[in-house]
Amino acid sequence: MRIYAVFVYLFLYAPLAVIALFSFSAGRSASDFHGFSLQWYATAAGNRLVIEALLNSLLVAFVSSAIATLFGTAAALMLPRVKPAFRMVFDALTYVAIMVPGIVIGISTLIALATTFNFLNPLIAGDAPGAPPLGFGFGSLICAHSLFAMALVIVIVKARLSGMDRSLVEASMDLYADPWGTFRQVTLPQLMPAVIAGFLLSFTFSLDDYVIASFVAGSRVTLPIYVFASIRRGVTPEINAIGTTVMVFSLAMLVVAQVLLRRQARKPAAA
Amino acid sequence: MAEDGIDVRFDTVSKHFGDVAAVDGISFALRRGSFHSFLGPSGCGKTTSLRLIAGFEQPSAGTVEIAGANMVGIPAYRRPVNMVFQHYALFPHMDVAGNVGYGLRQRKPRPEKSALDRRVAEALELVRLPHLAKRRIWELSGGQQQRVALARALINRPTVLLLDEPLAALDRKLRREMQIELQNLQREVGITFILVTHDQEEALSMSDTIGIMKDGKIVQMGTPEELYDAPVNRYVADFVGESNFWSGEVAASDAGGAAIRLGSGMTLRAAYSRLGAPLKVGETGVIAVRPEVIGLYPPGAAPRDLDCQANVQILNRIYLGDHSEFSVRAEGLGDLLVRLPKAVETAGLEPGAAAVIGWRGNQALALSET
Ligand SMILES: Nc1ncnc2c1ncn2[C@@H]1O[C@H](COP(=O)(O)OP(=O)(O)OP(=O)(O)O)[C@@H](O)[C@H]1O
Ligand SMILES: [Mg+2]
Repeated sequence: MRIYAVFVYLFLYAPLAVIALFSFSAGRSASDFHGFSLQWYATAAGNRLVIEALLNSLLVAFVSSAIATLFGTAAALMLPRVKPAFRMVFDALTYVAIMVPGIVIGISTLIALATTFNFLNPLIAGDAPGAPPLGFGFGSLICAHSLFAMALVIVIVKARLSGMDRSLVEASMDLYADPWGTFRQVTLPQLMPAVIAGFLLSFTFSLDDYVIASFVAGSRVTLPIYVFASIRRGVTPEINAIGTTVMVFSLAMLVVAQVLLRRQARKPAAA
Repeated sequence: MAEDGIDVRFDTVSKHFGDVAAVDGISFALRRGSFHSFLGPSGCGKTTSLRLIAGFEQPSAGTVEIAGANMVGIPAYRRPVNMVFQHYALFPHMDVAGNVGYGLRQRKPRPEKSALDRRVAEALELVRLPHLAKRRIWELSGGQQQRVALARALINRPTVLLLDEPLAALDRKLRREMQIELQNLQREVGITFILVTHDQEEALSMSDTIGIMKDGKIVQMGTPEELYDAPVNRYVADFVGESNFWSGEVAASDAGGAAIRLGSGMTLRAAYSRLGAPLKVGETGVIAVRPEVIGLYPPGAAPRDLDCQANVQILNRIYLGDHSEFSVRAEGLGDLLVRLPKAVETAGLEPGAAAVIGWRGNQALALSET
């Protein structure tokens, strides 16, 4: 068993390790190592296209995860108050949204948005001549990413909420805090680790996503799109450097999210 | 403030969950400054009664009054009562002082920081934890959490303090200590305490009045002495203290008591409980005799003036320090429990030996089943 496990992990992580290793190569080729150097990181940082793609990615990731966190948390909070039948359907759809492949989300978002644009653009042109027509770009990227990430946030926050001691809320009400005061002083602080973890996971997801982005980005270039386009022209150590940076950043966020979610699981309410 | 010195009044209050009547038309009034307990088996509606007072539940029917004001429709956060929860429900994201000051911080206008700190310190002083203000909740022992929960409630000087099995999570010794401390605290602050418990010893030792509950109803409400000495029926006699019971058909009944014919053919006479209803001839009645009113004597040594005597065989003797418990088997009466104080001579009363039991008729009670 142990030996299989070792092979599985080797198989999974060796390519990543190789990429990380070659990103530090001093040579020009991405396939043989010529001594340690940070020059490819410097090259990537100096590449205007890379920086622009990175900024685009960060903007999309930040806005979409903020939206997803806000609405996802609100949805998770409201769910216990709706009719059970509705809740069951909603829960099922949330899980479906997480499980369907990115390519399906990409295509369906593309079609949905294209249809909407086709319907709205003539109206806009009629009502406000001169206004730019709706099209694919930041808006559609943010829209697609926040929809997917919202499902993530809902699942994470819901788990925390159902693990929360209901008597804390009652204790707060008993101590003269009205519903809003109770939410602000008890519920929200209790949920905070899950909310932050949800935000970080959404951010990582958006930053790394190529599949959905490739459908709805229009002419915008995000970092994954840039990387994917570049490797068609051959893998350079510069790409390795970009990949390694994104990987380290994502891993760091995943670790933070994991720590937050674990800590809250280990430290239940005063029991 | 109510003019009549009543802090909590229920008028035919019911609470239904679906078709379960958790509380079923109960009425009572609790005197200001008293220590009251609700006692009953699991599921009899104790917690629901407390939650109706706290405002976490609204009655399906009837009215709940606190200090003379009708509370129906008033949410928990506008009621002058505070609760100590069964598992304390302390806020884990605040330290001890943060927890204790929570209620005061909700006041509008919010008290000055210096006043707040002083009140928190006083409250912690009251529960003898002045040195723990900066501790985190999970760094406290069970007994300390309990005290913090008390301080958090009492700092608000509520009209009524509600306690839902607050001692259930503590070990035996600590529980004893906290019982005494709770009683002292109640006298000190003079607030009406309402305690819910299914531990009869706890209720008996702490309360001024006790309500015995069953299936959402109050079967009897009174002082511990009343419940012990004058139970209204078998249920109460069984729940409060211990008793030997024999049921049978009522053969005769007069103003003072009844004679009940047991299945074995034997007839026992007993007095009516001061608060119970008289029995009718022909219906089923119960004789209840507390183990400590029964005498146990070596053969031939029984006093002459006992109204009821029987020959028994001693089955077992349990030595319990200040007293001993004997289980004995009597002809026509079956097995019963006898409790003798240490002072009584017990020579010759060993398992296997023959002996005589007896009691005076006015110490046995004739009760209805329910
Ligand atoms: N929120 C609720 N929904 C449905 N039924 C409830 C609810 N709360 C209580 N009940 C029912 O009402 C009855 C009384 O419950 P309650 O909690 O008051 O009992 P209790 O006397 O406190 O019991 P315990 O000693 O076990 O705590 C029980 O049959 C319980 O199942
Ligand atoms: Mg209960």
